Amino acid sequence: MDWHIFAQQLVNGLVLGSIYGLIAIGYTMVYGIIGMINFAHGDIYMVSAYLTAIFLAILTMLGVTAVSVPLALVVVMLLTIMFTALYGWTVERVAYRPLRGSTRLAPLISAIGMSLVLQNYVQISQGARNQGIPSLIEGTLRVGGESAYVQITTVQLLIVVVSFVAMGILTYIIHKTSLGRQCRATQQDRKMANILGINTDRVISMVFLIGAAMAAIAGALVSFNYGSFDFYIGFVTGIKAFTAAVLGGIGSLPGAMLGGLILGLSESLFSGLINTDYKDVFAFALLVLVLIFRPSGLLGKPEVEKV
Amino acid sequence: MLEIRDVSASYGPIQALRDISITINRGEIVTLIGANGAGKSTTLMTLFGEPRASSGQILFDGHDITHVQMHEVARLGIAQSPEGRRIFPAMTVEENLIMGTIPVGTEHAGEDMAKVYELFPRLKERRGQRAGTMSGGEQQMLAIGRALMGRPKLLLLDEPSLGLAPLIVKRIFEVIREIRAAGTTVFLVEQNAFHALKLADRGYVLVNGKIHLSGSGEELLTNPEVRNAYLGGGH
Ligand SMILES: Nc1ncnc2c1ncn2[C@@H]1O[C@H](COP(=O)(O)OP(=O)(O)O)[C@@H](O)[C@H]1O
Ligand SMILES: [Mg+2]
Repeated sequence: MDWHIFAQQLVNGLVLGSIYGLIAIGYTMVYGIIGMINFAHGDIYMVSAYLTAIFLAILTMLGVTAVSVPLALVVVMLLTIMFTALYGWTVERVAYRPLRGSTRLAPLISAIGMSLVLQNYVQISQGARNQGIPSLIEGTLRVGGESAYVQITTVQLLIVVVSFVAMGILTYIIHKTSLGRQCRATQQDRKMANILGINTDRVISMVFLIGAAMAAIAGALVSFNYGSFDFYIGFVTGIKAFTAAVLGGIGSLPGAMLGGLILGLSESLFSGLINTDYKDVFAFALLVLVLIFRPSGLLGKPEVEKV
Repeated sequence: MLEIRDVSASYGPIQALRDISITINRGEIVTLIGANGAGKSTTLMTLFGEPRASSGQILFDGHDITHVQMHEVARLGIAQSPEGRRIFPAMTVEENLIMGTIPVGTEHAGEDMAKVYELFPRLKERRGQRAGTMSGGEQQMLAIGRALMGRPKLLLLDEPSLGLAPLIVKRIFEVIREIRAAGTTVFLVEQNAFHALKLADRGYVLVNGKIHLSGSGEELLTNPEVRNAYLGGGH
């Protein structure tokens, strides 16, 4: 096999893995803090792709895009993050908080319900057809000769850089700030956190907000890259990001990032070197294998019961 | 300072407290003793609303706090070192202490942490260590230290001597005395009745969710019933 094909798949895998990692953060943080799998999280990501398209259209109409593309993209990204975070927050308030303290199953069912609600809401309001946004970022970085080269587009590079910066900022917040300490305390012992004076409901809201914001960064970046999506993209991408979270050890923040990268790289290598058609099957097979042989994941701790 | 008036509380169908009344005055050490399952921890937790008092009233500094939300209690000046210590195992000793500052902010954190380290030099040695890897005694010191970081007016201690070596128990009871000397009122729940009654100004004996006896520490120590039931008849 040629080195450049292999190297190219590594580059593609890094890009894909950054996206999985960003989305996996939402699954892992929510699981860590309230012990539930937020099945609607993939759809939050989907919503963010639509919001990206909407905000970009608005800015284009206002002429901002014509003046400066980078400015437009930054503004689109920030607006998308804010509004998607609001969606994430709302889902928790409406569908999960009222069920806190009930059975473990109730919020899971509610999450599946929210997933369907978001899909239908977007389908009805935006139409079932594929949506697209124009590609605004051009350029490709190329290493190697005429026939044997490795390349990364400017958008792909942007995806990797922005993802790593976002993960770095989040890691800093969790480890060094008061909010981060409150998140960790709530995750480790919610009742004790409450006794110490932490408003744990507020902390849980913040976690949903952060998770949705990370998914929004992914959604905006992917939209800048592919330019095309439909109301159903949250499902497959969501399950893959969930796989990444499980692989890394659900509940573990570095685990989600690592799991994302490993899944992206291995999926990319699999599809590039073995078979493209079965790349989704590959990810799901990996999920099943991890659940069977190492359910606590690479960096996770053994299961703790959350009430 | 604290007045528990005819409070009853239940866990579903199980009634854990029946019309208990306890008064704690500023500057006192008051102890609540009783057998396992008597309702001691429940008494402390009703101050935080879990379980919520189904009847009766809880007054703190003259304010009715019977229905205050759990996370608001700390801000009023009540801190607890709970049953089982409940330190944050994956955090360092120092981070655990910082978690105690929520009611007052981190403004005086450095100064207060130095005071805690003075009370428990062991914690200072272990400040960067993950709290979950420490011994039971060290975790108990940390739980008390964390509670002090919020500068509470009233400190609640739930069985701080449980499962600890005699030497460490002795140190912890000394520290309780020092904490009171520094101006904090202490409500101490114990099964270790002998130590608790020797230390306390006043005590209450809880039996099956009811206050069975009350009096000064000395009175209870010499009470034949208490001696038989809680002090092994000896001493
Ligand atoms: N979370 C709970 N759910 C149901 N029953 C409980 C719970 N906690 C305590 N109890 C019951 O309430 C009674 C008092 O318990 P507790 O206050 O923990 O006693 P103590 O602290 O004196 O050992 C016991 O009968 C105990 O079984
Ligand atoms: Mg108890």
